[in-house]
Amino acid sequence: MSAVISVQGLNKVYDSGFQALKGVDLEIQSGEIFALLGPNGAGKTTLISIICGIVNPTSGTVLADGHDIIKAYREARSAIGLVPQELATDSFETVWATVSFSRGLFGKPRNDAHIEKVLKSLSLWDKKDNKIMMLSGGMKRRVMIAKALSHEPKILFLDEPTAGVDVELRREMWEMVRQLREQGVTIILTTHYIEEAEEMADRVGIIRKGEIILVDRKERLMQQLGRKQLTVHLAEPMQILPAELQGLSLELADEGYSLVYTYDANQESTGIAELLRQLNDVGIEFKDLHSRQSSLEDIFVDLVHNGQPSQLEEVAG
Amino acid sequence: MKLNIYSIRAIYKFEMARTWRTLMQSVASPVISTSLYFVVFGSAIGSRMVEIDGISYGAFIIPGLIMLSLMTQSISNASFGIYMPTFSGTIYEVLSAPVSYVEIVIGYVGAAATKSTILGILILVTARLFVDYQIEHPLLMISFLLLTAITFSLFGFLIGIWADTFEKLQIIPLMIITPLAFLGGSFYSIDMLPAFWQTVTLFNPVVYLISGFRYSFFGSADVHIGISLGMTLLFLAVCMGLVWWIFRTGYRLKS
Repeated sequence: MSAVISVQGLNKVYDSGFQALKGVDLEIQSGEIFALLGPNGAGKTTLISIICGIVNPTSGTVLADGHDIIKAYREARSAIGLVPQELATDSFETVWATVSFSRGLFGKPRNDAHIEKVLKSLSLWDKKDNKIMMLSGGMKRRVMIAKALSHEPKILFLDEPTAGVDVELRREMWEMVRQLREQGVTIILTTHYIEEAEEMADRVGIIRKGEIILVDRKERLMQQLGRKQLTVHLAEPMQILPAELQGLSLELADEGYSLVYTYDANQESTGIAELLRQLNDVGIEFKDLHSRQSSLEDIFVDLVHNGQPSQLEEVAG
Repeated sequence: MKLNIYSIRAIYKFEMARTWRTLMQSVASPVISTSLYFVVFGSAIGSRMVEIDGISYGAFIIPGLIMLSLMTQSISNASFGIYMPTFSGTIYEVLSAPVSYVEIVIGYVGAAATKSTILGILILVTARLFVDYQIEHPLLMISFLLLTAITFSLFGFLIGIWADTFEKLQIIPLMIITPLAFLGGSFYSIDMLPAFWQTVTLFNPVVYLISGFRYSFFGSADVHIGISLGMTLLFLAVCMGLVWWIFRTGYRLKS
């Protein structure tokens, strides 16, 4: 596979003096689904905006589909479709008109059959003559995706595609992304939901404070990051862990009202059954249980504490 | 450099669709308000005014009134056309599209100028219902109409990019253009002013537009037609230079 996007030494300093990107190097392979993960303000949107031509880079080069995004902006941008994070649509135009407009704007001749196909694939066909202002938020999001697909891009950027989107649409979008990948479209999505990256991505890049700190195949990353926690809400508060429970990865929390068990979800045996049996044996009663996947923020903290990639310390400092 | 016709057409069509959608506000209302000027100044007051350079007062104010509408409408069309996408956020699409700055400007400014030219012609036709007039130099008249429409649409485009609030969008047309147009001889010949004010008036660029336009109607004007044309072209060049600078630096459009 060859790189369809190649970012080298990319820096961005905003007029305010804020450095949003610090020497970013990144290669996206043709035909892959790449998830860019990072907390809010990490520089995900800045990176995408530079590649798409909305923000000027301070220094560094970007090639999209083999073309320099500044010197050969026409060729580079023709290959790219962008669905930005913010819902920004016209209000008074019809769905059909706004999607057709996008195709023309990207320099493609009229092709009603293609627009029809895009609208049908996004369940927008029966809304094609509706004014956009009459649509729900989820439908507007679909319209924005339809606009991005109207000119048959080779590369599709989805910036936080599922933020504030209901479960049904999220599923549909994931399905759509897979179909596009089968057609050979390269997809780059940003998210701060680890589940989303887990569900869809081939490779994952983690960006933090303007630096790409890790790029790896999803499977490998999930092994490292896929920690889960089980919280046991106790009927009676506990001051110290009973001897029988020492040695397990347990911590007391919530002033002794909760026991937090950390385990690796990728292991064959999670140890949950064992833990519950032991609790029973010791005679500890509990009211409720809940488990949660470690959030991206937790994972960052983990990464930093485990001191994995050396540059993490600098980032944290 | 090859122009991307599909992109220009997409922007142009999109902007013109906005015009047809808001037909009452964009076309009918300026025509109605200009008709009121004709009723008041042309018929009611005009009948008691002396002729100016052998032209009845009702006919004399036609070029000025058309210019007044042409300028204010060009500015408001073009400024609104580019301000709305920056306000709603849909500008991202234009910025990320494979279009050159020239194509963006042709699309937006072309549509705004088309709309105000149509409006100017409508006012000209409407005026016929109230007063009798001839056009001595029809080609020159059309050229001035187009030149003014394009120049002020460009100026409006600049205002639309500069403005970051609705108030700023209104302030230049209201505080600068309307006074300059009223004081630029829309309703009088600058010969009628005291000598001192005649000199002051020559610093008002709108004088040259109205005077040149009036020349195309009646074959006589306050200022020589060559100077009028020159000043109009100069203003056009200044606007083009500013637009070029905006796109080169990304001012207000790109961070």
